Amino acid sequence: MSDIAAPAPAPIVHPPTVLLGPWAWTRNNLFNSWLSTAVTLAIGYLLVRLTVGVINWGLINAVWSVPVGANGIADNTACHAVKGIGACWAVIADKYRFILFGRYPFDQQWRPAICVALFIGLFVVSAMRRFWRRDLAFIWIGTLTAIGILMWGGILGLPYVAQDNWGGLPITLILSTFGLAFAFPLAILVALGRRSTNLPAVKMICVLYVELIRGVPLISLLFMASVMFPLFMPEGVNIDKLLRAQIAFILFAAAYLAEIVRGGLQALPKGQAEAADALGLSYWTKTGKIILPQALRLVIPPLVNTFIGFFKDTSLVLIIGIFDLLTAAKVAISEPAWQGFSTEVYVVLAMIYFAFCFAMSKFSRGLERELDRSRRR
Amino acid sequence: MSETPISEAETRPRSVSPPGTTPAILLDKVNKWYGTMHVLRDITLSVAEKERVVVCGPSGSGKSTMIRCINRLETHQQGRIVVDGTELTDDTRALDTVRREVGMVFQSFNLFPHLTILENCTLAPIWVRKMPKADAEELAMSYLTRVKIPEQAKKYPGQLSGGQQQRVAIARALCMKPKIMLFDEPTSALDPEMIKEVLDTMIGLAETGMTMVCVTHEMGFARQVADRVVFMDQGEIVESGPPNDLFENPKTDRLQLFLSQILRGH
Repeated sequence: MSDIAAPAPAPIVHPPTVLLGPWAWTRNNLFNSWLSTAVTLAIGYLLVRLTVGVINWGLINAVWSVPVGANGIADNTACHAVKGIGACWAVIADKYRFILFGRYPFDQQWRPAICVALFIGLFVVSAMRRFWRRDLAFIWIGTLTAIGILMWGGILGLPYVAQDNWGGLPITLILSTFGLAFAFPLAILVALGRRSTNLPAVKMICVLYVELIRGVPLISLLFMASVMFPLFMPEGVNIDKLLRAQIAFILFAAAYLAEIVRGGLQALPKGQAEAADALGLSYWTKTGKIILPQALRLVIPPLVNTFIGFFKDTSLVLIIGIFDLLTAAKVAISEPAWQGFSTEVYVVLAMIYFAFCFAMSKFSRGLERELDRSRRR
Repeated sequence: MSETPISEAETRPRSVSPPGTTPAILLDKVNKWYGTMHVLRDITLSVAEKERVVVCGPSGSGKSTMIRCINRLETHQQGRIVVDGTELTDDTRALDTVRREVGMVFQSFNLFPHLTILENCTLAPIWVRKMPKADAEELAMSYLTRVKIPEQAKKYPGQLSGGQQQRVAIARALCMKPKIMLFDEPTSALDPEMIKEVLDTMIGLAETGMTMVCVTHEMGFARQVADRVVFMDQGEIVESGPPNDLFENPKTDRLQLFLSQILRGH
């Protein structure tokens, strides 16, 4: 007998082999019984029909452009000829500038175009974590100022354009970007206030604010902002309609976001705040360094959900006559020459909204993954 | 004034500190209720500088509540608590002063999971003591070395074992250079094989002369380290005295029962 030997290594047991590859997957999941084979074939048939139909309508039979008459009115005979069997993309070709920029002076429309590019650039920069430093605040202030100058003009040799003439995509981006940029910090303050234990007055105001705003439809808030609010203002004081809608929007979004943030605060174990207290951290250091980074991380999915919802809700300003992307599109197709071709316009609108919303949800999933990776084992 | 070592012969609970010493912690007739439940009853306890006190008692006896009152994670409703010469009241400035001088280690570690081990340790020195980052990191590394895990500094708490996490928690508290350390059942959430490494760290700390109050059921630790053991039951201090006296000659039935229960468990 030898001395105590090292324990023999445990025998290696392999997991049972499973068939891999697309063919095996298809057989296991789509054709594993008579019923499932029948369902697969039926759905496959419908999908093929749908795809062929969309391709025929949208590409093969589509009219891409129409001649424009001497009077500036498009000749849409070709479109009427294919109505029902082919798309009339000519309406987009003819009207895209109006849909994107509304009644902004035609020769000045490069200005809102740059604004849209600036917005997108701002989103991309903000989405990259390596820019998450204090400078980002300055980038935001700088970009938003530049956008204001470009839109209004009146300085640097740019002709002045009154806000009433702004329209289209820039309005949608202004409403949603400023809206969420202001609503989010406000929401955090409201959520913190609502959880405050030693400031009962602040807590009550926060509860009241959330419950009041949340209990009212956004549309009624927008009406109040556009119709009722001016009645209470002294003679001669006139606050810009877009600004009023913007404020209504911020207040509304903040109430919703506040409840999401509060959910995150509640989900955090109490020990985190206690440990921070025991170390002597001040309330704001504790909140900024310990509580919020963890609480907000927990609520990324519902936050982005709400962000996406509010991005689309900006289209409700249609009813108080602000010229956002949807309003511009509706006005564009009310033109006699293009009546009856709303489907094409709405398809394009949907694609624009989808592009922004999908980018947001893609970003949030990436962010969750990245934050998870840096934390878990 | 010199710190008087606590004599082994002392057997009776002291209601006031011995003459000639300023108590590091003084609890004077402290009472606390949760609703109508009386959880602390006339707690009077004085801990001298460099004294090491172990608090034990059955669960629900109020020992954790008492230790949490010392840095006001819980508020007391009656009586006085004076820590390092500062009385704990609603005055937040006094509270900040006390919390800076009192370190605390929790049962569930409560490390900040989104920060690295090093950041966990440097956060308070940087933000509370306003220490430059480089100095804070140097300090943190020295304490991490002392608890024997300097090589984990760049990792996140989730990547460490329970025992390692608790040692980080001790290092994190020490980085504030506290005068007093509170331990609230520091080994209760640990797997058995990790208890020793944490207790060894605490013994090492006791040898440096730190004032310590420790809620624990580790009787071996109490015998080795404690100057005095305080036994609590149903919100009051029932007995207190040097560990050997207390464990070998329990005077009350309640302590006898408690000792027989925890000894049976081991």
